[in-house]
Amino acid sequence: MNTAATGPRSIGILGAGRVGTAVARQSLRAGYPVKIATTKPVEEIAMLVDIITPGARAVEASEAANADLVVIAVPLHKYRSLNPRLLAGKTVIDVMNYWAPVDGLIDEFENDPRTSSEIIQAFLPEAHLVKSLNHIGYHELEEDGKKAGAVDRRALALAGDDDHAKRMVAAYLDRLGYDPVDAGPLCAGRAFQPGTEIFNGSHTADQLHAVLAAALASSAS
Amino acid sequence: MELGIYTFGEINQHPDGKATTDVTTRLDQLVELAQNADRGGLDVIALGEHHRPDFVLSAPEMVLAAMATVTERIRLTSGVTVLSSQDPVRVYQQYATLDHLSHGRAEIIAGRGAFTESFPLFGYDLADYDELFEEKLSMLLEIRQHDTLTWQGKHRPSLNQASIVPRAKQEPLPVWVAIGGTPASAMRAGLLGLPMMMGFFTGPEQFVPRVELYRRAAEQAGHDPAQLRLGASGHMFIGKTSQGARDSFYPYYAEYMRQMGLTGGTVFPRDAYDHWIERGLPVGSPQQVTDEIMKRVELLGIDRFLGQIDVGNLPWPMINESLELFMTEVLPVVKRETGAVIG
Repeated sequence: MNTAATGPRSIGILGAGRVGTAVARQSLRAGYPVKIATTKPVEEIAMLVDIITPGARAVEASEAANADLVVIAVPLHKYRSLNPRLLAGKTVIDVMNYWAPVDGLIDEFENDPRTSSEIIQAFLPEAHLVKSLNHIGYHELEEDGKKAGAVDRRALALAGDDDHAKRMVAAYLDRLGYDPVDAGPLCAGRAFQPGTEIFNGSHTADQLHAVLAAALASSAS
Repeated sequence: MELGIYTFGEINQHPDGKATTDVTTRLDQLVELAQNADRGGLDVIALGEHHRPDFVLSAPEMVLAAMATVTERIRLTSGVTVLSSQDPVRVYQQYATLDHLSHGRAEIIAGRGAFTESFPLFGYDLADYDELFEEKLSMLLEIRQHDTLTWQGKHRPSLNQASIVPRAKQEPLPVWVAIGGTPASAMRAGLLGLPMMMGFFTGPEQFVPRVELYRRAAEQAGHDPAQLRLGASGHMFIGKTSQGARDSFYPYYAEYMRQMGLTGGTVFPRDAYDHWIERGLPVGSPQQVTDEIMKRVELLGIDRFLGQIDVGNLPWPMINESLELFMTEVLPVVKRETGAVIG
């Protein structure tokens, strides 16, 4: 995969919580320009962004959505605060999880057979959604990254329905320090949701391929 | 520097089936724990509010009141009060009462809570998670300031010249804000100039920027930096030897993580556990735990550390062994070293 040509040039992050700020810092380390937006006015988050993610810029959501690649890291129960129009046509990473023991039961997600990312995709019909970065702890994201080719480099799965978007996300993950592993269409993200082996563990690319193949086999049987 | 313990009063099962699951027994244990901690010279005991069948502390104020009558000097606090789903008037009344029963030893640590059961239980919408906390905290602070209050908000009926009594014995009743790492929570605590309790298991370095944000926000809002207080809390287990502590704690801890659903029902791997300890989980010999606490003092400038003394409903002898080592071997060293640091 030729990642240099397909990689993003800038990153926009929606959400400045634990996950959003960790993704921002790791992106800055990888050399990307990073913009962060929340639902609050810029002046209310400027100090937070300066101190927690030095080098990133606090902006309005519309400006963050202008980046080549947009990362959604808002609390899942607030996903309706996202503006579908801003994200139309954009490559978007969904890092959110529905993790009831930790975040509480949400009827909408509890009673829907789809994965959380498919529900988000339906809310953002024109975004090119890719599920990824959801199965690594936000602490680990900043610690486990290694240069391409490093022995035992950790791998991260991605799932999405748009190939161009997936290539861009793969290039981004690689530059963050992880081997990208394509798990297939967006619905294949089921294999790395909370409670799965992939979600709980840490895997190299070979191991991740093997676990994904096993998950696929068991879901087909 | 203050050292203390906290508990959620779990009654979850053990792999060996020998756990105490009787509520009466467990509550008796907690009161005895407070007595032991008081006699051993600990500064604080905190009880965390939960509304689950595997925890006994849905009404921590009641248990703190029982503790107040059998202790002399230890401070008695919630840890945390899930303020978002409570009525701040009632919270204040309970802790003001506790403050008198304990002759001025009551505190509140308010937080958004790590679990979410209390929202549906008391008729709140999880979607208002943050807004509820913000409003209720500001109301609690108003109540603390004024014995007669006129107040209006979105999530609680208005008050018109309401008298809120009894007034606490301490002036003011200490209110801490607990955070779990969300940067905006650290900023809010700073803007309010409130003492901040940081809950985490590993990786104290992660909180360095949060502390800076807290301090800068406090400064911006015009609060006196000398008045700010910081604390850290988290799981803890102390054994006589490093390896012994690690090995004896693991099965209970792993089972607890599994039952809490934190591992999605699978086993908490031993190598992940060992990795957590390497990254700062205070589990080990008295020397190791002392080092971990001192690391938090140096990195974050905390002046209070609270260790969860019985996480996973540990067998009573193990709780007591860990507590004894905390009081006899960790406490004197930390007190001495922080005395030296602070001068």
